[in-house]
Amino acid sequence: MTAPKSAIIAQLQKDILPLQGFKKNRNSTILDLNLGPVKNAFPNAQFPIGAVHEFCYTGAEDAAATSGFVSGVLASLMRTGGVSIWISADRMIFPPALQSFGIAPDKIIFIDLQKESDIEWAMEEALKCNGLAAVVGEMPELSFTASRRLQLAVEQSQVTGFILRRNPRSLSTTACVTRWKITSIPTILADDMPGVGFPCWKVELLKVRNGKPGTWQIEFAAGKFRHLPPAIILDVQEPQKKTG
Amino acid sequence: MPKRFVTIWFRYLKTDWFTLRRPTLASVPFVLASADHGRMVVTAANLLAQQKGVDIGMVIADARAIIPSLQVLDDKPELSNQLLKALAEWFIRFTPIVALDPPSGLILDVSGCTHLWGGEKQYLADIIARLKRSGYTARAAMADTIGASWAIARYGTDTLIIENGQQTIALLSLPPAALRLESEIVERLEKLGLRQLSQFIPMPRSALRRRFGEPLLKRLDQALGQEEEPLVPVQVPLPFQERLPCLEPIVTATGIEIALERLLDALCQRLKQEGKGIRTALLKCYRVDRKIEQVAIGTNRASNNTRHIFKLFEFKLPGIEPALGIELFILEAPKVEDVKAAQETLWENTGGLNDIGLAELLDRVAGKIGDNHIHRYLPDEHYWPERSCKPATDLQEKPASAWKTDRPRPLQLLTKPEPIEVTAPIPDYPPMLFRYKAKLHKIMKADGPERIEQEWWLQEGQHRDYYCVEDEEGHRYWLFRSGHYDATKSYQWFIHGFFA
Repeated sequence: MTAPKSAIIAQLQKDILPLQGFKKNRNSTILDLNLGPVKNAFPNAQFPIGAVHEFCYTGAEDAAATSGFVSGVLASLMRTGGVSIWISADRMIFPPALQSFGIAPDKIIFIDLQKESDIEWAMEEALKCNGLAAVVGEMPELSFTASRRLQLAVEQSQVTGFILRRNPRSLSTTACVTRWKITSIPTILADDMPGVGFPCWKVELLKVRNGKPGTWQIEFAAGKFRHLPPAIILDVQEPQKKTG
Repeated sequence: MPKRFVTIWFRYLKTDWFTLRRPTLASVPFVLASADHGRMVVTAANLLAQQKGVDIGMVIADARAIIPSLQVLDDKPELSNQLLKALAEWFIRFTPIVALDPPSGLILDVSGCTHLWGGEKQYLADIIARLKRSGYTARAAMADTIGASWAIARYGTDTLIIENGQQTIALLSLPPAALRLESEIVERLEKLGLRQLSQFIPMPRSALRRRFGEPLLKRLDQALGQEEEPLVPVQVPLPFQERLPCLEPIVTATGIEIALERLLDALCQRLKQEGKGIRTALLKCYRVDRKIEQVAIGTNRASNNTRHIFKLFEFKLPGIEPALGIELFILEAPKVEDVKAAQETLWENTGGLNDIGLAELLDRVAGKIGDNHIHRYLPDEHYWPERSCKPATDLQEKPASAWKTDRPRPLQLLTKPEPIEVTAPIPDYPPMLFRYKAKLHKIMKADGPERIEQEWWLQEGQHRDYYCVEDEEGHRYWLFRSGHYDATKSYQWFIHGFFA
């Protein structure tokens, strides 16, 4: 009896991962983000939780896109009634809008700090607190040492951390498991309907530990992520009709 | 346990204070005087003046006749009360219950305190020695009743410590003035030849009442311990309070930390037994120079976790200035609340907003950086975007209404709408182009308008027509026009947010 080839390969890949230094998550819960083919980029095809993710962006438009994507992931993490902390220097998040991403806005505690060192301290303290679902921190600069500290904190507490880096001065190596770049792309509406559609992003996974980086087009519709096959995008590349 | 009281008599309270301020006065006779019925009357005299025969109540002219070189200073009417109050607060290092005894005394309830000094004799000696070092002449006596110790401090001749139950014998040889009586009663007693308490203590009570009234009997009973005497302490002792006196003054940060740790251990142990937790706590440090340094903390939910409270204090400890040393630490919990005994969990769970870890985290942030940096929002029933959510007052508050999701709202909102330049067809079409921060955006898709009216009962102003637009790069914006297109009134386009 020989198992199908794909099963053998999958098993082999799983065996290789520990050799590459991948530590299995103690937390047994699997987060299904409905990300479609994106999950193949992660080790064991699971979105890493209990880890720190890094997002880089420039400009207010991409800040909104990035926080949108993070909110979508956050909603899945908070589904069991957890609470998250959002730490920022000059916060622009509009709490009522979080509801459309599936997050109860009153379950998010915002900590507004001015000094970078305070943000770093609060981020580390929050990540150590295992009663939380996730911690989001807006901190432009993240040194390797600081990222190591955060990574060590989450390894203990199994809290998921998101670091949003706006206009980072240097993109040096960090100890975060992933580095993402999220940018807005035009929304897609069926049958040339007028108006603006669901949020649509180009999701670039620039780095992922023990995984394969890649680029995808993702839409957030009806409280779920939806992977857009490249064919649909090609369709809508032609100029749109003006509305109104 | 029998009660023990110490009464301290500052014989030269005011003149001692003047001598402390002006050391040259120490070697000359001087008096304090104030105007009374058009004459200057002595209100306080120092030791040298009293030895030469100048006494309180004398007219200044007479006093000058006795001592021509007499220095006369103006009396301050409120001085003795202020001095006594300050001294009373300092005496809390000896006992928690200290009461004022104007015009020149203090009463200490020392029940159960003296063994800390190694005995009653050492306790009294320490009080006198410390007062002498700081420049005050004082006499202190200890007895079972306030009345007896008062009498011994002022009129006692040999021993100052009256053994348990011996106050009647000790009082026998004292004059009637030792009973804290009105001067009229004392005069009447003297007139009748009753110059010692032994002469009238055995008399029938009805006879004494008839001749001298109720006050004499009351004072007599209080002195002999047959009647309880109420005491009004300067500082009401708190039920949740721990004290830590130090043998040597503490000057180092490590020392303060150790002291705090010990106090917290004791206090939290007590709180745990009673099922309570700290909401606010206060650490008072009594310094050698009689100043009091204090730091306070507060918590989001009642806690009796020693480690957590210690962490909260840790941020504040650098603010304590030990100067020459701290000799007494007092930890108080002015506000305590019931703690629901948490069941030990076998598995890790996320307790949501009631999680203890979360409350402790927020306490730490509030302690280090400040309370006003933490926000949580609840829906408010307003359509106007800036008013559609309100800050929650505490962690447990639940939303009174549901969050609205019927209209699109941008994930990122500018705190203040920023003006933009727009090309738009009239009357209510979405813009075709807009310029924001010197960048031209060509609009490809748009939704709207959504009109939101000003709530005139809250604020005057124009309505807003909101459009959700997308430019050719796929960025999504929330724009609005403030007001109608109207030549007479001004209208202006603004950008207010960014959609994800």
